[in-house]
Amino acid sequence: MVAQQEIAEDKDNTYTINLGPQHPAAHGVLRLVVEMSGEVVRRCDPHIGLLHRGTEKLIEHKTYLQAMPYMDRLDYVSPMAQEHAFVLAVEKLLGIAPPIRGQYIRVMFAEVSRLLNHLLAITTGALDIGATTPALWAFEEREKMMAFYERACGARLHANYYRVGGVALDISDELLEDIDRYVTGYHKFVDELHGLLTDNRIFKQRTVDIGIVSPEQALDWGCSGPMLRGSGYAWDLRKSQPYDVYSELDFDIPIGTSGDCYARYLIRMEEMGQSVRLIRQCIAKLRTMKGLPVRLQDRKVTPPNRGEMKSSMEALIHHFKLYTEGFHVPAGETYAAVESPKGEFALYLVADGTNRPYRCHIRAPGFAHLSAIDTMARGHMLADAVAIIGSLDVVFGEIDR
Amino acid sequence: MADLINLLGPLAPLAWILLGIVAIVVPVLLGVAYLTYYERKVMSAMQRRQGPALVGPFGLLQPIADGLKLLGKEWIIPSGANPVVFLFAPFLTFFLSLVAWAVMPFGAGLVLADINVGILYLYAISSLGVYGLIMSGWASNSRYAFLGGLRSAAQMVSYEVSMGLIMCTVLLCVGSFNLTKIVLAQQTVWFALPLFPMFVTYFISILAETNRHPFDLPEGESELVGGFFTEYSSMNFACFMLGEYANMIMMSSIAVTLFLGGWLPPFNFWIFAPIVQLVPGPIWFGLKIALVLFFFIWARAALPRYRYDQLMRLGWKVFLPMCLVWLVLTAGVLEIFGWLPKTGM
Repeated sequence: MVAQQEIAEDKDNTYTINLGPQHPAAHGVLRLVVEMSGEVVRRCDPHIGLLHRGTEKLIEHKTYLQAMPYMDRLDYVSPMAQEHAFVLAVEKLLGIAPPIRGQYIRVMFAEVSRLLNHLLAITTGALDIGATTPALWAFEEREKMMAFYERACGARLHANYYRVGGVALDISDELLEDIDRYVTGYHKFVDELHGLLTDNRIFKQRTVDIGIVSPEQALDWGCSGPMLRGSGYAWDLRKSQPYDVYSELDFDIPIGTSGDCYARYLIRMEEMGQSVRLIRQCIAKLRTMKGLPVRLQDRKVTPPNRGEMKSSMEALIHHFKLYTEGFHVPAGETYAAVESPKGEFALYLVADGTNRPYRCHIRAPGFAHLSAIDTMARGHMLADAVAIIGSLDVVFGEIDR
Repeated sequence: MADLINLLGPLAPLAWILLGIVAIVVPVLLGVAYLTYYERKVMSAMQRRQGPALVGPFGLLQPIADGLKLLGKEWIIPSGANPVVFLFAPFLTFFLSLVAWAVMPFGAGLVLADINVGILYLYAISSLGVYGLIMSGWASNSRYAFLGGLRSAAQMVSYEVSMGLIMCTVLLCVGSFNLTKIVLAQQTVWFALPLFPMFVTYFISILAETNRHPFDLPEGESELVGGFFTEYSSMNFACFMLGEYANMIMMSSIAVTLFLGGWLPPFNFWIFAPIVQLVPGPIWFGLKIALVLFFFIWARAALPRYRYDQLMRLGWKVFLPMCLVWLVLTAGVLEIFGWLPKTGM
């Protein structure tokens, strides 16, 4: 109430600045219209849409297989997590489940994506606060992990690797061993990051008690992922509604207490450790199931292998039909959500029995988080607003879609 | 050379001064150019990357290339800006960063103007530096630049207070405002040792004074884009950069003069003495400046940025009381033990 009065009194002394869309802290193309009095933010109005590409509409005009690459281009920092949501939604409508090896590979790469995403989120957040070195260190580590992406599917970033009914290709044993070797030493890098940031007094002064979100506020604004867990609300779709093989894996969910930027930072750091745990469990399992299929052997959904096509007429027809017409999905609607690194990423998919989705709504966690920025930044200083944007972990690919 | 200048007759002293100015300004500008190279190389080593490596051997020509590039850029004066003030501000900053060198002793007797109030002169010039920033912030007619200019004004003013007190502490120990005498007073022990807390405070204050990390709020790029020089381009921008880096060197050399024994060699005792004395004073002076600058760069690579109010709090609520207490303490100790320097030394 007091704050409200203050705002009313200061009304005449405010001025507006326009942060972005071309601004070093805008994380892409965020345009933030900030009303300030002195250095204090009175109102913070995010303007979005500068990266709108009409993904949802485009997907309605594509077969289910052709829609897959659009998923990579939503949140381009953690592409495979989005693919995961899409394949889960279609599999739910089709009523199929991928073979176990395929599920483990999917979970493993979903967790590699989480490492990729959190590295970028933490270090660019630190960059907003003025720490340059973590970002440069993290990009080297990201490069190493993108090499794993590349070795699995041929692309560093836009993977297009998951398929309805499994994954596109099997991974080699060498790749598995290399990932294992890499994640085993990953904690050293996390320790270095801790050394640069966690106990740094300036970093703490800039993040502790900044942008506090209470658990109720977080729920009201539709926050999920680290934003919700940072406020002390234990909610992780991998635990509460396990998909693929998460229910068979052992991992913990870090929960914050204060709901400030520092809590969100610590949660992301700890989640990286948990992801490493998950990846190592997946690798141990994958070692025991060498040679098993990585995708469903149902030729109505997944293509036959090349060799088979040379001798079997049926295989050739299936291949042709799959890559021209695609598969038909029975009419129905579904909501499939995954715990993407940023939060609850979900698809609301309506199928009308044809080879294309009738409607594909994408629930992007960043959209909800960004809409909460006014609540979080109000009354803070301009520099804090920037720190808050950093801790939101927004990527405009998914917000503008 | 000397004969040639003496031929000028009554103009000879003027010619000597001009020669002295050239002899100072050229190395300083070269130092500024290679400070950017030094910074980029040191930072890249700390950040696991290479830094400039393509232009010339080891990228040594990179600063020259950068300078030439800036010279060739278009001069942009934003509409609504006050062109006179807008264009004057960077040159003021640049000019002030150079005139300060007039009183700096580079070695025994190697000083352009050995004035008795050298330290006051330096203090005055560095205080004037804020005008360049605030003028540019005001004249740009941009809110980013304006905020940046205001911040830098507040920041410089706050940290100059504690810097002044720190200088006073040193002056108490020396008994002279003359920079050469300040250096010579450190022949037995550098002031960095007995006044160690003051030395650390002084170093942190000059980080703030030169708007460097973690106090680079005026140009805090994540909030204010480029701060007070958001709207500048071409040679105007280069002047700001030159001024900023020349200021860094200037402030480091003041730190060296006040606390690290100026041009005096380190380890000047026992068997080391003949060895360290082989190296001429100006070289020791340069090496010490490079050492202080290394800490500037290290801070930039390692630390996040302070928020505006936190910076103010540090300046007024931590440094100011601390410096006051140390000033009184130093004065008390000197008085009690009878170590106060004789006046008129």
